[in-house]
Amino acid sequence: MDGAELVGKIVYTWLTLVLGFILLPSAFGVSLGISELYMKILVKTLEWATLRIEKGVSKESVLKNSASVGIIQRDESPMEKGLSGLRGRDFELSDVFYFSKKGLEAIVEDEVTQRFSSEELVSWNLLTRTNVNFQYISPKLTMVWVLGVIVRYCVLLPLRVTLAFIGISFLVIGTTLVGQLPESSLKNRLSELVHLTCCRICVRALSGTIHYHNKQYRPQKGGICVANHTSPIDVLILTTDGCYAMVGQVHGGLMGIIQRAMVKACPHVWFERSEMKDRHLVTKRLREHIADKKKLPILIFPEGTCINNTSVMMFKKGSFEIGGTIYPVAIKYNPQFGDAFWNSSKYNMVSYLLRVMTSWAIVCDVWYMPPMTREEGEDAVQFANRVKSAIAIQGGLTELPWDGGLKRAKVKDTYKEEQQKNYSKMIVGNGSLNSELD
Amino acid sequence: MGSRSSHAARIPDVDSIRRETGFSQASLLRLYHRFRALDWNEKGYLSRVDLQQIGALAVNPLGDRIIDSFFPDGSLHLDFPGFVRVLARFRPVDDEDNRNRDPKEPEPLNSRMNKLRFAFQLYDLDRDGKISRQEMLQVLRLMVGVQVTEEQLESIADRTVQEADEDGDGAVSFLEFAKSLEKMNIEQKMSIRILK
Repeated sequence: MDGAELVGKIVYTWLTLVLGFILLPSAFGVSLGISELYMKILVKTLEWATLRIEKGVSKESVLKNSASVGIIQRDESPMEKGLSGLRGRDFELSDVFYFSKKGLEAIVEDEVTQRFSSEELVSWNLLTRTNVNFQYISPKLTMVWVLGVIVRYCVLLPLRVTLAFIGISFLVIGTTLVGQLPESSLKNRLSELVHLTCCRICVRALSGTIHYHNKQYRPQKGGICVANHTSPIDVLILTTDGCYAMVGQVHGGLMGIIQRAMVKACPHVWFERSEMKDRHLVTKRLREHIADKKKLPILIFPEGTCINNTSVMMFKKGSFEIGGTIYPVAIKYNPQFGDAFWNSSKYNMVSYLLRVMTSWAIVCDVWYMPPMTREEGEDAVQFANRVKSAIAIQGGLTELPWDGGLKRAKVKDTYKEEQQKNYSKMIVGNGSLNSELD
Repeated sequence: MGSRSSHAARIPDVDSIRRETGFSQASLLRLYHRFRALDWNEKGYLSRVDLQQIGALAVNPLGDRIIDSFFPDGSLHLDFPGFVRVLARFRPVDDEDNRNRDPKEPEPLNSRMNKLRFAFQLYDLDRDGKISRQEMLQVLRLMVGVQVTEEQLESIADRTVQEADEDGDGAVSFLEFAKSLEKMNIEQKMSIRILK
């Protein structure tokens, strides 16, 4: 048989299968249950693997401690206790010990830096990239791992890349076509259909399993949707269940093409890089958008950067100054099946997508929460913190006051002043008392 | 693509570092990962800026002095052995250290004296072996910020120097410093235990 013919036949069969089993059902929002079956098999395999690891590992194993406990023993007592515990004491030469110990502790382990690298797993999930603490256990496990590698790279990856390609092309072509139509409700409905279909295709391209909770609180038109940020996939996950107006910078390249196509079908808010610097301009445009009750809700990520999904960092107040109703959404990924966090300083977009497409799956929970508005006498910062707490509690994430932009900017001096104030109260508040007695 | 290996063999000179610092293999691995995590752009060494980016350190009143202790003699690059050498001072003192000690070998980095030396050098900026009244004032100022007046601070500094100064030279030498803290449980206050 002719080589080219053979290849042609394979590709043809392949595409027909993909079309029949995945694309058409997505267009109609129907699921054939293939993903569910895959997930069931996957869960069983991972459970088996975990049991084997636990059996094979000796008592001094490292497994239990890595994920949740810190790596140093911390004494979290307040400053007064740490500084040799006596009230009414003066400055001592040994006071430096407390600060130097705290400083060295921060160097060994701090709350923030660890949030910018992927979460460590308690038990291995058969991916090389998460194999930090787990050593070779048994031949059976290794075989399963090898099988896993073959399945992931040779079966799943081509399938996913095909789907992603089809999805994005369809999005670009579809939105351009719909954009040709005059403004009408038909146009809106078609654009919604195109968006949703493409998102569903792309989600299958990642083997995504998403659980939406509390759908009754789904963001309404004329509101602002606010969520914690872990990766660009967050956008995909949210838009699969509803249409949003995106806010962001105009990019070049592939992203730029997608952006320009999308804006033809329904109004998104894209800014030029120079416009982003002008906060008032940004706020004004966003206000105009939400004032029009027919326009889709805006989607904003107030953290401003990707965090590794174990915590929620400071919400920038800009989004909360616009006014309007805020619809908070909490997104929590299950790290056992695949790590969704985008470490932008380590991986660029393409290698990140490849990593995601060669993981087992992307499993996550999305919680819609009741809408919130700014209360009387509450300023934007307090409102932002209130929303942040609500999202953190719902998603089971820790809350940190630090700014996610800390990796690029210096921290404010106000925090240092607090510590200095505390210390001064101790040595001077009592020092003056002692000098009177002299 | 940056996958992390669990092999200690990836740490350069791991055996000599172990001997010098007394850290266990597992602790060294943890510290190596931390070193790599702090080294954002994978230069292979740390600079002052990398340490200053740690939020909890930047708000520590003595933060800059602590960072200085990692960069002795005006050096600008901190490699992993240097990093661990400073952290080794804060290793808790185990009984094992004292039992097996060969008196001919140099003092372990986490001995009481070496912990005291670390604290001493936070005061002694010009490294002349004495804490002058001026240097005492500077450290006090760092710790209280703008909360305390100059007069109050000076009286505190004077009192402290007087109490510790035995030979009356108006400055606190290392031996005087050590003597004034001889009753203090240094081993506990200047120790950080790394959990496995």
